[in-house]
Amino acid sequence: MNNEALKDLLYKMADDALIIGHRNSEWTGIGPMLEEDLAFSSMAQDKIGHAKALYQILHEILGEPEPDKVAFLREENRFKCCQFVELPIGEYDFSLVRQFLFDHAEAVRYDMLTSSSFQPLALLAKKVKGEIKYHVMHADTFLKQLGTGNEESHARMQSALNYAMPYALGIFEKGPFENELIQQGVFAGEEAAKNKWLEKIAPVLQAAGLQLPEISDDKIIYGGRKGFHSEYLKPLLDEMCEVVRLDPVAEW
Amino acid sequence: MDALTTNDTPVALMSEKAVWSSLENVKDPEIPVLSVIDMGIIYKVEVSDSSVECTITMTPTFVGCPAIDIMKKSVHDEVAKLGFATVHVIVDFENTWTSDRMSEEAKRKLEKFGLAPPAVISGELTEEQLNNVRCPHCGSTDTTLRSAFGSTLCRAIRFCFACKQGFEQFKPV
Repeated sequence: MNNEALKDLLYKMADDALIIGHRNSEWTGIGPMLEEDLAFSSMAQDKIGHAKALYQILHEILGEPEPDKVAFLREENRFKCCQFVELPIGEYDFSLVRQFLFDHAEAVRYDMLTSSSFQPLALLAKKVKGEIKYHVMHADTFLKQLGTGNEESHARMQSALNYAMPYALGIFEKGPFENELIQQGVFAGEEAAKNKWLEKIAPVLQAAGLQLPEISDDKIIYGGRKGFHSEYLKPLLDEMCEVVRLDPVAEW
Repeated sequence: MDALTTNDTPVALMSEKAVWSSLENVKDPEIPVLSVIDMGIIYKVEVSDSSVECTITMTPTFVGCPAIDIMKKSVHDEVAKLGFATVHVIVDFENTWTSDRMSEEAKRKLEKFGLAPPAVISGELTEEQLNNVRCPHCGSTDTTLRSAFGSTLCRAIRFCFACKQGFEQFKPV
């Protein structure tokens, strides 16, 4: 199996989870109601746990540095997260719509990976899949409630969806090892994941009375997987890594 | 053989059985009425032929469980008391933990502690299993899910219409 291909896949998944986890944690203490404060905080904890488990595989099996090192001491252009997860939390409508689009994409990805030929990833996927179910359930519940709430809530959800969609499609940006990963049975590929994702989100959007915007291919926001990021990643990393960078070898 | 209460030689103490029973003393820091055995998170104990080494394999309830490092250390320290020269504790995902791994005894203890136990899910989680949860305070099943996320990763928040109280449930996963 090609280790570089595996690393590329694992880094993009881990970086997505770490950065969305950090963004979710920004709702801690300011959620619109207590249950939602807890929900975003819990999902943050789950995501960062998933990121750590992926970095652990990268470290133990693929020879990359330790999880803390790769999370806190890499330069911005070494991150492979999609730009979607970097966007600021904005208003609650945007955070919910992003959670809906992103978590359905993760659910699909992990479901596909349960049959990966790369055993450590298949085992982790089996476990993570069960946890993400709760994230998806959360997103679906609120999307339907707010999509069909009142005129204002509906309008806000629709406009958040219109803004989010070009970024969300960027989740499925292909990497340089796409064909190899497919041929070796590691991952069935971004195109397959995207199609399954569209199938999953369509009925929920319909139940929420929301229109999936048509996005032409040239409007999709790619780049993150290759290390090209939005203006929002750098400040996030500066904040997240501030303490570690003061003294990277400190014992905790 | 009741290895833990006699003054047998150290070698006699070092059976797998002794390790399993010593692990009953290691509690989950977030649910102190349950041991790591009750939780079903320990799935392999291996003692080397010479009885100098012991390897314990465990798996977390949730991937991001913040208590896993503490439990790992407690497992190590408890087993080390039996006199092994080396104790290894491995945390991996080889055996996926699901709430079905919890013993019936564990579920009774949970309910007594005030946490509704998880329904048996045997495979796929359905909406049905999220309903029909019995209130640990009054026993009514007229309850509803308030939030799938609670005070720890493994808990959900529910409300009981019969006794009008909130309660927590250990999530089925």
